[in-house]
Amino acid sequence: MRLPRWRDRLLTAAVLVTVWMLLWGVFSWANLISGLLVAAVVITVFPLPPVTVAGRPHPVALLRLAWRFVIDLVAASFQLAVLAFRFGHQPRSAIIRVPLRVPSDLVLTLTGEAVSLVPGSLIVDTDRASTTLYIHVIGVADRAAVERFRHEVYETEARIVRAIGSDDEIRRLSDPPPVEKRRQL
Amino acid sequence: MTVQTVADVLAGTCLISGAFLSLAAGVGLLRFPDLLNRMHAATKPQVLGLLLILAGTALRLQNTIDITTLVLVGVFQLATAPVAAHMVGRAVYRAGHVRRDLLIVDELAEDRADAQPPSR
Repeated sequence: MRLPRWRDRLLTAAVLVTVWMLLWGVFSWANLISGLLVAAVVITVFPLPPVTVAGRPHPVALLRLAWRFVIDLVAASFQLAVLAFRFGHQPRSAIIRVPLRVPSDLVLTLTGEAVSLVPGSLIVDTDRASTTLYIHVIGVADRAAVERFRHEVYETEARIVRAIGSDDEIRRLSDPPPVEKRRQL
Repeated sequence: MTVQTVADVLAGTCLISGAFLSLAAGVGLLRFPDLLNRMHAATKPQVLGLLLILAGTALRLQNTIDITTLVLVGVFQLATAPVAAHMVGRAVYRAGHVRRDLLIVDELAEDRADAQPPSR
C-alpha cells in the first residue's frame, strides 16, 4: 500500500511544480527548488483522498485520444454556433443515462470532463456507485440521434481507458454496455 | 513572406474565429429556451473560443513569460469549465427548472422515480 501512495504524491508534486514554474514563466533552478518546497507544503497541509490510478499511460492511445478530442471540440463548437444562429428553430434535447463499463473513479471523471468539454453535452448528474453519467444533450432530433450520442460516449470511454487504463480495464471494454445497471440510492 | 507575417496572419485568424465563437456563445445564451440549454452555449463554444484567442495572443506576444501564463489560463479553463457547468446543471435539474416539453427522453427522471418511490 505504501508504494502507490508515494507514486500519487510524486505525481501531485510534479504537477504542482510544473504549475509553479509556468506561473513564474522562468525555468531556473531557483524556481524548481522553491516549487518543490511549495509542493511539499501543499501536499502536507491539504492532503487529498487518494485516486487509484490502476493503469499506465499508453503513448499512442494518448495521442489518438488527444487528436480525437481536438477534432470533436472544433466540430461540435461550430455545430453549436450554427445552432445558435438558426433563429426561429427551437432545439430539442434529451437527458440520457450512460452507465460506464469500467468501474473506476478516474475513468468516470475523465470521461465526464471530456464529454462536458465537447459542446452539445452537459453532465447533469453522476452516480459514483454504479459509475453512471447522466448527460444532457442538445440538438438531438429523435431517438436514433440519442442512441448515436450514447454510442459516442462509449467510444470516448474506450479511448480514455485505452490511453490510461490497466490491462484488466481494457479487457472490460469488450463487455456489453451495462444497460440494466440502475441508480442505487 | 517572412515568418513574422505568417505568425501575424495565423494570430489574426485565431483571434477572429475565437471572437466569432464567443459571439455565438452570447447569441445562444440569449436565444436558447431553458437554463440547461443555455449552459451549453455559455460553457462550450466559449472554451474553444478562449483557446483560440489565447493561441492568437501567444503568437503575437512571443515571450516565454507571457506564454506560460496563457498556457495556465487554458489548462485551468479546461479543468474548471465542466465542473462549473455540472454544478449549475445539477442544481437546476433538482430545482425543476427544466423545459420538459423539449426533452425527447429523460432517463434521469425515470431512475430517480425508481430510486425514491413517491412518499408525499
